[in-house]
Amino acid sequence: MLNFIWLIPVFPLLGAAIQLLFGRRLSNQAVSTVSVGLPGLSFLWALGCFAQFLGLPESYHHVFLKPLYTWLPAGAFHLSNGSLGNLIVNVGMQLDPLSCVMVLVVTGVGFLIHVYSIGYMAHEGGYYRFFGYLNLFMFSMLVLVLADNYLMMFVGWEGVGLCSYLLIGFYFLRKSASDAGKKAFIVNRIGDAGFLLGVMLMVVTFGTLDFQHITEAARGGSFPVGSGVITTICILLFIGATGKSAQIPLYVWLPDAMEGPTPVSALIHAATMVTAGVYMVARSNALFSLSPTALALVAGIGAATAIFAASIGLVQNDIKRVLAYSTVSQLGYMFLACGVGAFTAGIFHLMTHAFFKALLFLGSGSVIHALSGEQDMRKMGALKSKIPTTCWTMVIAAAAISGLPPFAGFFSKDEILWQSFAGPYGHNKLLWTIGWITAGLTAFYMSRLIFMTFWGESHVPHDVEHHIHESPRPMLIPLVTLAVLSTVGGFIGWPKSLWGGEWFRKFLEPVFEGNPIVPPQGYGPGIEYFLMGLSVVTAIVGISVAYRMYVQRPELSNRVAAAAGAAYNLLLRKYYVDEIYDALFVHRVKNLGSVLAAFDLGVVDGGVNGVGWATRMSAELSRLWDTWIIDGLVNVLAFIVKLMSWPARILQTGLVQNYAWFITLGVLVFMFYYMLH
Amino acid sequence: MIPTEYYIFLGSGLFTIGVIGVLTRRNVLIILMSIELILNAVNINLVALSQYFRSVDGQVFAIFVITDAAAEAAVGLGLIIALFRNKETVNADEIDLLKW
Repeated sequence: MLNFIWLIPVFPLLGAAIQLLFGRRLSNQAVSTVSVGLPGLSFLWALGCFAQFLGLPESYHHVFLKPLYTWLPAGAFHLSNGSLGNLIVNVGMQLDPLSCVMVLVVTGVGFLIHVYSIGYMAHEGGYYRFFGYLNLFMFSMLVLVLADNYLMMFVGWEGVGLCSYLLIGFYFLRKSASDAGKKAFIVNRIGDAGFLLGVMLMVVTFGTLDFQHITEAARGGSFPVGSGVITTICILLFIGATGKSAQIPLYVWLPDAMEGPTPVSALIHAATMVTAGVYMVARSNALFSLSPTALALVAGIGAATAIFAASIGLVQNDIKRVLAYSTVSQLGYMFLACGVGAFTAGIFHLMTHAFFKALLFLGSGSVIHALSGEQDMRKMGALKSKIPTTCWTMVIAAAAISGLPPFAGFFSKDEILWQSFAGPYGHNKLLWTIGWITAGLTAFYMSRLIFMTFWGESHVPHDVEHHIHESPRPMLIPLVTLAVLSTVGGFIGWPKSLWGGEWFRKFLEPVFEGNPIVPPQGYGPGIEYFLMGLSVVTAIVGISVAYRMYVQRPELSNRVAAAAGAAYNLLLRKYYVDEIYDALFVHRVKNLGSVLAAFDLGVVDGGVNGVGWATRMSAELSRLWDTWIIDGLVNVLAFIVKLMSWPARILQTGLVQNYAWFITLGVLVFMFYYMLH
Repeated sequence: MIPTEYYIFLGSGLFTIGVIGVLTRRNVLIILMSIELILNAVNINLVALSQYFRSVDGQVFAIFVITDAAAEAAVGLGLIIALFRNKETVNADEIDLLKW
């Protein structure tokens, strides 16, 4: 199976091709069979490859490479250090522990969300189009995670961006949706420019783009720790990651991306695509490990984003927006982990987050489905008994994201917090403090969401109330499956301090070992237990505060909001970041566009039109000269000839008898002339 | 014996009638008949003068003229038929295609 690893992305590509070329003529039944079956096949194939990969002999060094063909034989050129380089970019696949995790998460969660979409999209127009785009997304994402070089990764990177744009704007008749799609695309473009510059800098620095070669070069010791060019590459790559993974300052597109259908939010904007940035940073771990500056930046941005987005999430009322800010915040955690050198913890959190955040989104989709499209949590409440499966699976997910043991989020989040406290690059305790506060905020806003939706008094309008129904089976099966994964998914990373095997860390170790080691700060197990307990207590405190404010005494939340006044408004309006960006960048760019348009219309088009006018005028002059002078002369000549020929002309009457008269008269004249002489 | 002058006068009279017919009549058929008159006036002159000069040349010539007249009548009638088929008229003053 490993030799045909390229089939993993090809299956969904086939599905996309079928849907986008012929889907219009297929029945919904056929569309869902093809487009859900092929990603399912892809998942099975990935499992097979994974099993075979585990059985590979030691000589493979935990990397399986499958070059398919040479894509860009760019030829020889001079590297920045003066030596001769020869850039060859292959289309090839690389399977190592890191891409194993990503492929399994993408195909597994992706397949579940495809199944869910059968139920969720059943009554929507453009069914085949939706599945076509979703399949295309799967293809691009799999190319991204299976690529063996940065350029091919970039192809997948752009592909998922395109699919994200298409799916956010799926309801393109709604202006807010098409605007959100454009916003996502444009903001991502800014990040992509950084990524591309980073790739170019890598070409001239290393002369290759293969992950393997770059990692070897970075670990080979030819670049000192803190090297300027490596730092630049890392920061450029990280700019790309901030765009795709919605970090400050480029996170603004993700909350708006909730305009897309809910399965899309779950698959693309929570579980897989937005984690591409984390994957890319983890994939470049050898480079980042050479640059403490870049790592500090990653950690700083991650921590800042985590607490910033969490604070906005505290007060949002749209159920999907709460989850969107929560996603931004959790992605911040992942970058925090990468930034403190704990790439394993970041990837671990990526995986568990994919389970519980996909579950939260799918659950919210189920709630929205039950309430005929209502997304405002203030118009929900007391849904626990009406849609129990949705309710309890979402409670599990909320417990997981809040970090309650033994759910998956507890293990991954705690690992991140511990590493930021004690890890090799845990420079100061500020990062840990921010992470710890964010954990409390997360527990609060997640519980707020659960309590406002499922507990308390019902605020559902009466006409909607009697339509409430549990979702169909295709939607419930993924919910339950993901709930199970959110519960047990963390066990594979059970920490050593709790007598666990740390299987996940050991599995990923080959990818991350060999970097220059900064020794971890020596803290005993006592402090680890203390921090673990502290974060569990914090989560419980967050949940109880939410319970008190939204179930026991619902009027309390309004009083708090009124008391906090300005701060509450600041959060509700998301720190006015959209307005600030509008004023600083969007309007400036638009003004520049207007000026350029005016220049184009006035000067460029004006010049062309002016030349056209001049040509027309000279042609008119030429025409006048021709008609009046040249033709005039000829006509005058002809007129003179005509005038002078008049006496001769009138003789020619055309009547034969006239001519006979002339002959007769002529004869008579001659006769008389001779007779008279 | 009738004096030669009488023939000349008869010939001149016939010739004048023919010429006036050609010049004034509109019907092409009549014009053709008038031409026959002119030719026959010439024939009378030729025969009369042949007898006056005691020579048969004139009479031979007259026979040629008669032959010529027959041919001319045949061609002329053909022309008139062709003309009538195309223009549906036999009036000379309605046929002026060669006017400037």
